[in-house]
Amino acid sequence: MRSLIDILELDTTEIQQLIDKANDIIANPVKYSEKCKGKKLATLFFEPSTRTRLSFEAAMYELGGNVLGFSEAQSSSAAKGESIADTAKTTSCYADIIAMRHPKEGAPLVAAMNASIPVINAGDGGHNHPTQTLTDLLTIYREKGRLDNLTVGFCGDLKFGRTVHSLINALSRYENIKFVLVSPVELKLPSYVKETLKKNNLEYVQTTDLDSVMPELDILYMTRVQRERFFNEEDYLRLKDSYILRPERLNTAKADLAIMHPLPRVNEISVEIDNDPRACYFKQVLNGKYIRMALILKLLEVE
Amino acid sequence: MKIDSIKNGIVIDHITAGKAMQIYNLLGLDSMDCSVALIKNVSSSKMGKKDIIKVDADIDVDTDILGYIDPGATVNIIKNEVTVEKKKLELPEKLTNVIKCKNPRCITSTEQELPQMFKLTDKERKVYRCIYCETAAKKE
Repeated sequence: MRSLIDILELDTTEIQQLIDKANDIIANPVKYSEKCKGKKLATLFFEPSTRTRLSFEAAMYELGGNVLGFSEAQSSSAAKGESIADTAKTTSCYADIIAMRHPKEGAPLVAAMNASIPVINAGDGGHNHPTQTLTDLLTIYREKGRLDNLTVGFCGDLKFGRTVHSLINALSRYENIKFVLVSPVELKLPSYVKETLKKNNLEYVQTTDLDSVMPELDILYMTRVQRERFFNEEDYLRLKDSYILRPERLNTAKADLAIMHPLPRVNEISVEIDNDPRACYFKQVLNGKYIRMALILKLLEVE
Repeated sequence: MKIDSIKNGIVIDHITAGKAMQIYNLLGLDSMDCSVALIKNVSSSKMGKKDIIKVDADIDVDTDILGYIDPGATVNIIKNEVTVEKKKLELPEKLTNVIKCKNPRCITSTEQELPQMFKLTDKERKVYRCIYCETAAKKE
């Protein structure tokens, strides 16, 4: 029995198998519509989520399985002080697999250490969010047909964005990836993530100027400046509008650029760009369901 | 100053001067009934000054704790007044309930019955990270 807590627990062969499986599901959905008949997914969401919870639930329903769970801590026994360990043991009696989101870092690992069924980390605070990274990798693969030989730009909040750190770690294992890191000085990529790049001899450029690097990008991964990460409202207000992607900014971009965003967005991508064929963020949302279907099948060992 | 030699027990030698008290506390030697000698600032040709702890009882020393606090120390096992084994210490791969995670966002900050577990992630720089949140521990 296996869980997924951190994206790096999957090697590149396993990631490719998941991508291949997701592509097969997209091509032949009927083939998979009863694969999880009689199985139950427990969604234990101790903090709010739109996309992640709905995509897990949709994924399980499309595999013919059922879903039970809660979407806020207040409607579970956590409100009475029940531990993660006991919640995991209890859920193991009722379900076949768990997807857990929790505001505290490491909570899904505690669940995995105590559950007798697989646990998927659906986000633990600012720490890990492996199924978002799988979603991003599937999207890149579907848009570009490869995960190597790419120039990938990350723009916005590179300091606190867990999706950025996790995707950089995952892409670091592929050949000839060049990273272009665009952020205000205050929101630069943390040094420990840069150390990973240096250790693996990966090429990266750090800049504050999005326009100057736009022409070379194959992927532009935009992120939101998150209000909840700031202690000081003034700093947030000063930085939040640092990089707003408007149509004119794309004039120098490649015709086959893929614009991605983990969502939710606030204003960092203008809605006029939604209809640009290079906008991939809603495709990314859909891909999230398919890769989670592939992951559920893998962890439940369903062929 | 003279400390009697011990018959059956252990001698923790080559302790970095000043660390003996911390080791004494972490190994729980304060709660033992046997004779325990804690000797500070002993002259040492190799180290200049060192501390030594002698325990006059055949106890199991937690070498993980010792290895983390002072990897240069040595543990001598004494049987019938003869040293039968000298243990060299290494940085342990894992530490359980030796140090605490200081990250307020870590699950261990709210679920305090969880074991505090750290793993060695960088041997050269002696970096230990919490297994739950991966925050690096500050050396105590």
